[in-house]
Amino acid sequence: MYKILGKRQLAPQIYLMDIYAPRVAKSAKPGQFVIVKIDEKGERIPLTICDYDVEKETVTIVFQTLGKSTIEMADYQVGDYFSDFAGPLGEASEFIHEELPVLKQQRMVFVAGGVGTAPVYPQVKWLQQQGVQVDVIIGARNQEMVILENEMKALGATVYVTTDDGSYSRKGLVTDVLKELIDSGKAYDHVIAIGPMIMMKFVAKLTKEYGLKTTVSLNPIMVDGTGMCGACRITVGGQIKFACVDGPEFDGHLIDFDEAMRRQAMYKTEEGQSLLAVEKGSHTCGCCGGAK
Amino acid sequence: MSKITRVPVREQSPKKRVTNFAEVCLGYSLSEAMTEAARCLTCKNAKCVGNCPVAINIPDFISYVKKGEIAEAANVIAQASALPAVCGRVCPQETQCEGKCILGIKGQPVAIGKLERFVADWARENRAQPAIVAPPNGKKVAVIGSGPAGLTCAGDLARKGYAVTVFEALHEPGGVLVYGIPEFRLPKESVVKPEIANLEKMGVAIETNVIVGKTVTIDELLEEEGFAAVFIGSGAGLPKFMGIPGENANGVFSANEFLTRNNLMKAFKKQYATPIKAGKKVAVVGGGNVAMDAARTAARLGSETHIVYRRSEAELPARVEEVHHAQEEGIIFDILTNPIEVLVDDSGWVAGLKCVKMELGEPDAAGRRKPVPVPGSEFIMEADTVIMSLGTSPNPLISATTKGLATNKWQCIVADEQTGLTSRERVYAGGDAVTGAATVILAMGAGKRAAQAIDDMLAG
Repeated sequence: MYKILGKRQLAPQIYLMDIYAPRVAKSAKPGQFVIVKIDEKGERIPLTICDYDVEKETVTIVFQTLGKSTIEMADYQVGDYFSDFAGPLGEASEFIHEELPVLKQQRMVFVAGGVGTAPVYPQVKWLQQQGVQVDVIIGARNQEMVILENEMKALGATVYVTTDDGSYSRKGLVTDVLKELIDSGKAYDHVIAIGPMIMMKFVAKLTKEYGLKTTVSLNPIMVDGTGMCGACRITVGGQIKFACVDGPEFDGHLIDFDEAMRRQAMYKTEEGQSLLAVEKGSHTCGCCGGAK
Repeated sequence: MSKITRVPVREQSPKKRVTNFAEVCLGYSLSEAMTEAARCLTCKNAKCVGNCPVAINIPDFISYVKKGEIAEAANVIAQASALPAVCGRVCPQETQCEGKCILGIKGQPVAIGKLERFVADWARENRAQPAIVAPPNGKKVAVIGSGPAGLTCAGDLARKGYAVTVFEALHEPGGVLVYGIPEFRLPKESVVKPEIANLEKMGVAIETNVIVGKTVTIDELLEEEGFAAVFIGSGAGLPKFMGIPGENANGVFSANEFLTRNNLMKAFKKQYATPIKAGKKVAVVGGGNVAMDAARTAARLGSETHIVYRRSEAELPARVEEVHHAQEEGIIFDILTNPIEVLVDDSGWVAGLKCVKMELGEPDAAGRRKPVPVPGSEFIMEADTVIMSLGTSPNPLISATTKGLATNKWQCIVADEQTGLTSRERVYAGGDAVTGAATVILAMGAGKRAAQAIDDMLAG
């Protein structure tokens, strides 16, 4: 059992939780993820690690309520327990293996979309702590949905925010900001984009025109997260890869995004049905619907 | 009582069982078990024992069953095996103990598996599961993986007085016993869980959600956490795909994913959150036991189910009993058929399976006749779900994160056949992680030998 030590609502439908998980906290690296299962009947949900604290032995997760399981998850309070919390999983971000002097020469820009801002945070934190100055573009639907802006600034990163409706900072998409920055003479060497699949697809499309190295963090459907089932398989440069063990970060210019988006939508119907059951409230007992 | 034929075992009728996930085989009653046990000749130099990978004293336990002394029979089995309720159900007895039974020459061999199962079930239901352990010797051993190899190794070491911790990557212990083998062959709540709980009663600690290689490394276990030895029983859980066009379409699953969703995550029960898709027409590609399990699961989810296999029925690698059960349940066998492409519709879903007919050519080096495509025989099979059951290989996670651990070209860990010792001191391995996908009982045998070798090393 894994105790919830902290909980904070970052935006409508977006929650942050600190989970007591000593073994995961000790081994976690930027770019990795965990699998959370809330109770006995729950499903295994992959969530990217947002932060970790070796001394407090905690791992921070951020999630958006998108379906039945995440809505239930958001009801958990400080002091409650999740039944399972496994990780860290996947490969750490490539840059942590690079020599620091080489890394310091690089000009990196992070492109974060919506709840995808959360997994960007530990990467920015790690780099800024090593003395590597980075830029961050945060995109959100509107002002309320912008998360972790101040936290990123507090790390010392240069932050640009854009909103779809222009309710905060400026109006437009993350790709608009990225294009403007590049065209204004920012000579980036590396773009790291994390957010909705469609956002990552268009970032990759843009940077390809500029011949700019681009890394994306994929979020396909997963079950075990350890490489034993292939639910998360994607096509990278014509090869089948398992995002849970070979990724989740890949070269954005080699991903078959259309296939990845199609596969992500595979359970849409069932997800919709499960969601309906929660909203009806009384019909989740399993006594009547369960036998079918 | 007959020397020729065994006491038949009761089963759910095919028509009824294909609508539920309850166990197919209902097992013997006490009187049936005693009648069957009375067939045993109690050979002095019993061949059956030599062919049991964990060397259960079979004539001894059967003698107790004959007399109706079931608790004593359970004690005899417990000397050799920690998972009798599992083995009695899933061992391929026809090639192990029962294959060498002297009665099998003129008639049917003694139903050793069904008797072992009866004894284990009786002991569990009567709360008489033996848990015999030596006093603690103060030494710690880590076991990686809680499948049959790991659990057997852990049980034997606990019996010898070691403090054993089993590390399991998934949220539930059991390995293939919980995620792979379906409920209708091996019930989880009533059989697997109590069997594992009995190991915990013997002092074995099980830590779930620990992915060795990620959460902690073998070197950390040895150097920082004070384990005197490590046994790797991490299995062969990496699924293979065919590499044909369209294989990433929605509706194409590995058998591992399909079975994990259904068995471990209980997707077949509506009150569990994990979804599963089994379409109207399911094609399971492959002919092994896993293919039979996947096909029979799909049938229970209401699908018309086909086994698509490139050789002929005689070459099916699955157990005869499993093939027979599948056929009884209405699974259609499309033999000498090989998929060459998954057809995909506009929305990205499986629209059909393009196949080619095969014929058997010359025998290969291993004596198996090689299937060759018949030119011009391509045809399209209707299907909206495809389950790839082409075998599995060991996950490279542990070998990639353990310095100096030798593997072969199939990514199997190299280990001594007798002791399980790897290229690393104090690190042993066994089961599918070493051999590639094999059987539950062979993995248990390897776990048992490694436990002995670890004891020899640490006690010496």
